Amino acid sequence: MHDSAVEIAEARREKLGARIYAGRPQVLLERSLLAFKNSVWIAVVSGFFEPVLYLLSFGYGLGHLIGKIPLQNGMIVSYAMYIAPGLLATSAMNGAIYDSTWNVFFKLKSDRIYQGMLQTSLGPLDVALGEISTALLRGFAYAIGFMCVVVPMGLIRSWWSLLAVPAAVLIAFGFASIGMGITSCFHSYQQMDFINIAMLPMFLFSGTFYPLTVYPGYLQGIIKSLPLWQAISLVRDLTLGMIGPGVILHVAYFVVMICFGLVITTKRLTKLFLR
Amino acid sequence: MEDFSQNPVLIQAKGLSKRYGEFVAVAGIDFEVKKGESFGFLGPNGAGKSTTMRIIAATLNRSSGEITILGKDPEKYGPEIKAHLGVVPQTDNLDNNLTVEENLFVYGRYFGLSKKFINGKIEELLDFAQLVEKRSVKVETLSGGMKRRLTIARALVSEPEILMLDEPTTGLDPQARHILWDRLFRLKEQGVTLLITTHYMDEAEQLCDRLMVMDKGLIMAEDSPAGLIKKYSTREVLEVRFGSDRNATIAPELQKLVERIEVLPDRILMYADDGEAILHLLKEKGMHPITSLVRRSSLEDVFLRLTGRTLID
Ligand SMILES: Nc1ncnc2c1ncn2[C@@H]1O[C@H](COP(=O)(O)OP(=O)(O)OP(=O)(O)O)[C@@H](O)[C@H]1O
Ligand SMILES: [Mg+2]
Repeated sequence: MHDSAVEIAEARREKLGARIYAGRPQVLLERSLLAFKNSVWIAVVSGFFEPVLYLLSFGYGLGHLIGKIPLQNGMIVSYAMYIAPGLLATSAMNGAIYDSTWNVFFKLKSDRIYQGMLQTSLGPLDVALGEISTALLRGFAYAIGFMCVVVPMGLIRSWWSLLAVPAAVLIAFGFASIGMGITSCFHSYQQMDFINIAMLPMFLFSGTFYPLTVYPGYLQGIIKSLPLWQAISLVRDLTLGMIGPGVILHVAYFVVMICFGLVITTKRLTKLFLR
Repeated sequence: MEDFSQNPVLIQAKGLSKRYGEFVAVAGIDFEVKKGESFGFLGPNGAGKSTTMRIIAATLNRSSGEITILGKDPEKYGPEIKAHLGVVPQTDNLDNNLTVEENLFVYGRYFGLSKKFINGKIEELLDFAQLVEKRSVKVETLSGGMKRRLTIARALVSEPEILMLDEPTTGLDPQARHILWDRLFRLKEQGVTLLITTHYMDEAEQLCDRLMVMDKGLIMAEDSPAGLIKKYSTREVLEVRFGSDRNATIAPELQKLVERIEVLPDRILMYADDGEAILHLLKEKGMHPITSLVRRSSLEDVFLRLTGRTLID
């Protein structure tokens, strides 16, 4: 005997949030894996190469001119070592953003897939969590891929670096969550372009390639409030072994970001498909 | 005709209404659907059929009034109610990135059903939808009729008690429509309660035990198809054409011969129990229509009577 759809739904009646959450976001992941299997692989793989190319051209090309970089904790590292953590964080971000923005936007606009999901006993929070997890997985995959490039190159020294992997998951989760939240509020392709417009400067100026100390104080403050700087600092602290209370603050930043994105996404999906 | 009046009530609405801003899409309607019944909403574009369906399916909140599905309020027990329903929306919302089979599989997973159960069910549903050969094909490449059948099959994966079909056959060719009707008949025989919206008279007559005629958010009448015809029309209709300029001038003459006429742009409909007799009478009086046709009354006539308009304009 199997459980019927009705029994499964009724079993959740007394649970917290039963109206918006059916407790099975993983089915969205199953769907994503099936869709991924049928999709164009090249688009996925190309996203991974971007930071690797930056590492090679900037780290080694530019690195020759720049020479060694002294860090706050007295360590002296090569330029490639300096930018590697920044690019790892960027990798995680790129993967997460790709799935949670454009992919989600297409589904919202032209595919009516979410409408189909929400006419079943799934709730909007399942859909939000499931889709965000998909994006997160890609961010995670990119980060792992990047690690596989930098470790053999000897760009990572500290044992703390192992923690850069869960950190990449957290970072991807944060970006995926906020990315989907923002996307679900957008109506037009023009608005989606804002995401691109915001991403590039954030990438260039968030301290991947040089320390923030080159900026005047107020600008440093602004950049420190941006998620990519938080991500880069977190990964850099871990890979270069600069462990301190800063790490906790960065983690807290991402936890807040995840919750915020989830709330917005769930609200928007409810408004769009269940009112 | 089967009698469902003793069956339990599955859906009950009282004063149900939906407003979009100032605009009233559903204007306070009452209805009941009994278990095993096949219940139709018939009405022209914008009548409020889809809106009503979406409220029942717990994907749209009402503005006022009451509605219960299996005794539960959809705004409080959305997921539980949805577990009882199979939903076929007006526009297909299949997952274009997946194959036929995967669409069925994933949809079952959305309900939390076990993989083993779904995999067994898929075989049955592919067969039901006559899509066995297409099982590994991406849905993008299916024809309209195949997509529609797949959408219906998908709605059945959770073995729903109530199947909701919003214009199941709009846009399909006659053959595809008949195949679909046949499938729906089989479901009805298995005891599934059907809720159907349509603006096709023949579909309503074929599929529905009971019909609600809707227009502008209101219920104009409610009965079995035969009951509606009996109540709002005569047994037969005589359609005559005198040419577009003479139609209007001759109409008062014709009005005297039967209880009711309808003057349409291209023809005049004369309502009578015996159409042939009226035609005979016309000719005796020296009125010779260019063309004439005697036919049985249909729901189209009921609709014309109730709203003064034809259903598909
Ligand atoms: N989201 C919305 N916002 C504003 N008005 C809406 C919305 N959805 C529907 N309406 C209006 O409500 C009315 C009823 O719409 P509904 O879709 O229920 O009609 P219908 O009977 O299903 O028509 P059709 O045969 O064309 O499908 C229409 O006038 C429509 O324009
Ligand atoms: Mg409609």
